[in-house]
Amino acid sequence: MARVTAETVDHVARLAHLSLTEEERETFARQLDQILQYVESIQSLDTADVPPMSHALATGGFRPDVPGKSLEPERALDEAPDPAEGLFRVPRIIGG
Amino acid sequence: MSPVLTDLTAAEIRRRVASREASCEELIRAHLDRLAAVEPAIGALLVTLEDRALDRARAQDRALAAGAEAGPLAGVPVVVKDLLNITGLATTCGSRILEGYRPPFTATAVARLEDAGAIVIGKANMDEFAMGSSTERSGFRPTRNPWDPTRVPGGSSGGSAAAVAAHMAPMALGSDTGGSIRQPAAFCGVVGLKPSYGRVSRYGLVAFASSLDQVGPLARTVDDIARVATVLCGQDPRDSTSAALDVPDFAAAVAREPEGLRIGVPWAVLEGVETETLARFREALGSLEAAGASVVEVELPHLPHAVATYYIVATAEASSNLARYDGVRYGHRAPGIIDLEEMYGRTRDEGFGPEVKRRVILGTFVLSSGYYDAYYLRAQKVRTLIRRDFERAFESCDAVATPTTPTAAFRMGEKTADPLQMYLEDIFTVPANLAGIPGLSLPCGLAGGLPVGLQLLGRPFDEETLLHCGAVFQRVTRHHELTPPEPSSTGQQA
Repeated sequence: MARVTAETVDHVARLAHLSLTEEERETFARQLDQILQYVESIQSLDTADVPPMSHALATGGFRPDVPGKSLEPERALDEAPDPAEGLFRVPRIIGG
Repeated sequence: MSPVLTDLTAAEIRRRVASREASCEELIRAHLDRLAAVEPAIGALLVTLEDRALDRARAQDRALAAGAEAGPLAGVPVVVKDLLNITGLATTCGSRILEGYRPPFTATAVARLEDAGAIVIGKANMDEFAMGSSTERSGFRPTRNPWDPTRVPGGSSGGSAAAVAAHMAPMALGSDTGGSIRQPAAFCGVVGLKPSYGRVSRYGLVAFASSLDQVGPLARTVDDIARVATVLCGQDPRDSTSAALDVPDFAAAVAREPEGLRIGVPWAVLEGVETETLARFREALGSLEAAGASVVEVELPHLPHAVATYYIVATAEASSNLARYDGVRYGHRAPGIIDLEEMYGRTRDEGFGPEVKRRVILGTFVLSSGYYDAYYLRAQKVRTLIRRDFERAFESCDAVATPTTPTAAFRMGEKTADPLQMYLEDIFTVPANLAGIPGLSLPCGLAGGLPVGLQLLGRPFDEETLLHCGAVFQRVTRHHELTPPEPSSTGQQA
């Protein structure tokens, strides 16, 4: 089974865009290791011919594809931490 | 001030409003007064909407005076868990990362209640992003159990359950991803319904685990639950997973007699239940039998794997859903950072509490390259096995009964240091979410002076049988009439 180390937590935290403190890395590594040991129980079940279930049931079906009103751009920007010129401003992504 | 008004059921409030015996304003004021008196000791709400509630009460009174017809929930005060959006009012989801966020739209569940005449008086505290079983994981403060201030109210809808138990409102809205309505309902001695997956629109509900989340009501009687469920349920074009099924008149179901009702009990999985809690459960079954129901044994062989399956599926979905909190479009952004990746990381580190981080990391791990098949895919297959267990059980019974929880409310701080112990608390509630079936928790007496719950699980979209069975139970027992001690005389048990 998988063993969780501080390095595993580092890798996963990067994937999840989470900056963690040294203390959090250590604590999470220990706790996740314990949780994974517990969930290991499902490995003992025979699931060879069992289909995976991603959703309980979807009986909603599809609605007609009719154009409708969506949120006005000004309202969508109302809650932004740093809106500018009708856009969401973020720190520089390329170059710099 | 008329304190007695806060003891009324929603049904009686509606009756008085419709017959003009009481005004909406008078009723709302009574509940706001009650709230002001007991809230400091409990901390059930994140915000009280006094002015908005009174404005709406007066508007409804004017409409009624002008001859408008009273809605099915006319004048009924309601508390809403703070993960359901209301246009222009803060929605925090119990998280610092959403502090100050004011959504530009209202959740369908709230809109349906307000259209029926209900009046929102406050937004309820909760575990951050609904991740928790105690409301101690709120990013703001914990909520106390009205029955004993040293104990948790359960969670994540702990604020909703505590508010109803303390008579701040006769009903509340919560959400249930793995037991978050039923477990706090049990711990606080109120009724809680998790409808079938697809029964209630999730539009405007802040997402935790999209294949498991469901909005549902809490109240003090099954009759009130039936009334609010009739309003709440139904297809919504804004939620493609809401079911295209007719909603029965649940109030009619509660009036039926119990003849022929078969209750299935999975005795083999009840081993770990605390002695007094199990005793109350056996007595509850006895009451149902005496009323005409029959009790049979059923098997749920995969139930011991439900918590493991749940914590893989739910965290995987959460890690994806919570990716949206990146400091770009709304909510908190870590200040003064010039690198984008660092801005994301710091924003999320500052905004999320420890339980949310733990689950995002676990969820990201089980979905990551090399582990997906062994964890996430396998858990999805076990989910099928759990659903099949229920299909088989419902061949020989109409509802499956278990205690809602293995124990009564635990002490504050008792389980926060050990996340796994907290997760194991959910053993009897998570299977319903995995299978997509409805679940109802009913007060069934006290264990060690604290309320415990009887849980009934039903076939998909068969809330009717659960409400029927629950109503029969409340006709032949008086557990739902027990009330917690007044906060001024804490320490005494009712």
